[in-house]
Amino acid sequence: MNVADFIYQNREQCLLLTLEHIWIVAIALSLAILIGVPIGIAVTRNEQAAKKVINAANILMTIPSIALFGVLLPVLALINQGLGKVPAIIAIVLYSQLPIIRNTYTAIMNVPPELVDAGRGLGMSNWKRLREIEIPLAVPVIIAGLRTAAVMSIGIAAIGAYIGSGGLGVLIQQGISRVYEEMIVAGAILVSLLAIFVDAGMALIERFLTPKGVRIGRELG
Amino acid sequence: MIRYEGVTKIFDLGGNAVTALSDVTFDIEKGHVVAFLGPSGCGKTTLLRLTNRLIPLTRGTIRVNGQDIMSVDAVKLRQSMGYAIQAIGLFPNKTIYQNIATVPHLLHWDENRIRQRVHELLAMLRLDPDDFCDRYPAELSGGQQQRVGVARSLAADPEIVLMDEPFGAIDPINKEEIQNEFLRIQAEMKKTIAFVTHDIHEAIKVGDKIAIFQSGKLIQYDTPETILIRPKNKYIADFVGADRALKVLGLLRSKNAMNGKPRNIVQGSKGAQEVLEFMTDSGFKHCVVISQDKPVGYVTPKSLKHENRPVMDLVESYPKFIQKYDTLRDVMSSMLMHDMHVLCVVDDVGNFVGTITMNNIQRSILNVYAAEEEREEQV
Repeated sequence: MNVADFIYQNREQCLLLTLEHIWIVAIALSLAILIGVPIGIAVTRNEQAAKKVINAANILMTIPSIALFGVLLPVLALINQGLGKVPAIIAIVLYSQLPIIRNTYTAIMNVPPELVDAGRGLGMSNWKRLREIEIPLAVPVIIAGLRTAAVMSIGIAAIGAYIGSGGLGVLIQQGISRVYEEMIVAGAILVSLLAIFVDAGMALIERFLTPKGVRIGRELG
Repeated sequence: MIRYEGVTKIFDLGGNAVTALSDVTFDIEKGHVVAFLGPSGCGKTTLLRLTNRLIPLTRGTIRVNGQDIMSVDAVKLRQSMGYAIQAIGLFPNKTIYQNIATVPHLLHWDENRIRQRVHELLAMLRLDPDDFCDRYPAELSGGQQQRVGVARSLAADPEIVLMDEPFGAIDPINKEEIQNEFLRIQAEMKKTIAFVTHDIHEAIKVGDKIAIFQSGKLIQYDTPETILIRPKNKYIADFVGADRALKVLGLLRSKNAMNGKPRNIVQGSKGAQEVLEFMTDSGFKHCVVISQDKPVGYVTPKSLKHENRPVMDLVESYPKFIQKYDTLRDVMSSMLMHDMHVLCVVDDVGNFVGTITMNNIQRSILNVYAAEEEREEQV
């Protein structure tokens, strides 16, 4: 029995696990954006704060995910959520902060100074400039950060199976404990395919959300 | 009108106090263009940026129409003044229309009024509104972008416009052209304009007055003529250059130097021998041939000998016609280049209005110097 047969015969379970995986990642990423993008924008006003925040996010990123689950477990156990989807989602939100904050910060800081000067000189308020000039120009780079975060999150969610979050990691985890090779490989392949599709999808979104004038400028070189 | 009183700006650069401007006092009259001139680091851009509060003042006051700028909200103040910069700074994510409409939008003009104004400005700067409104800055050439930058600064019809080397990013040929357009537009609009430049030619050309700065101090504030003819000190003399008599040529226009009623003109229908006789009698070596008010060319005694046809058919054409508003600098350059000692001045539709010679040019320069000496004696 090969891997394709395994996936075909268990297609319903595979589909459910895939949807569960997507659901975990989607919830976590949405939260990560809501937290990371405003932080990234806020720290552009203060270089010192920016350094500290990005450093902190960097350190978070170096913690192995298994270790992070271990740390979260006793804390979340206080509200009865030590295992399951909640710690997995929290971990993904934390890991995603670095690419999201860093890219948001860099993108806003890289808006050409003459545009900021022209905007100020014409009498645009800080908020107006942010909304009409700086954020629209930063969007492609912010999306690139999300893209990195999304692909990474798919991997972390797979490990989440060990703390009972569900998702495609279940196939790998159970396959290992049952020494069931086809099952392990099926899980790995499905996780990889999901990552590849999401990456391609994000690339499309990135292109779609790039302001038209900027896209034209790039095409004209 | 803008009044600078004891304007001082000290920057704090990592604990070091650097004086960028010290005790600068002068007025920019309503409707005038004043060129802020000097090498980089002389304080001219700093003064401009103090005027719309992009940077805070250290000491002194700046008044706009009598009102201290510190008593006005900074954002409101900037909306009331036009602002154009060398780097242009067009917003790449916005169309040309949206770029120009920036300040009218901030001022909540209604959309019809904005549309009308944008079209009017584009037409004024010789950019076809139907073609340009929906394009993006990246699709425009540098010169076109610079025009849009100027249009954007004028959009809300501000009384005062601040321009920081607005034509600095374009090549010399387009620069001449856009400067001429700027002067044409300014002649109609009569805005009060502070114009930063490091180019003495540009300052002479666009400035009603020139303010020359050196390391944060205002050294001389005068008309271009006075600065060229009587530079206050060696620094300014060096800055305006040893060829300042030549630069005076850049100030004078052909319409002021030309001979408006030359006697050496003939109608094209006249016969060659009749004209030859007229030229021999009056001693002319060069005769302008006119047909239907337009100069068609010139004849010399040599070209008329042994000919009987109308002079119209015998003319040699002029390599170039001079416009009324061309500077004498351009006129003289044309004369030298084409080896001509007489050229014709024409109006907008190409009709003959006069002739201009090397002699005319020399005389008008001598007149400028004589007038200046007279003024000096009176003082």
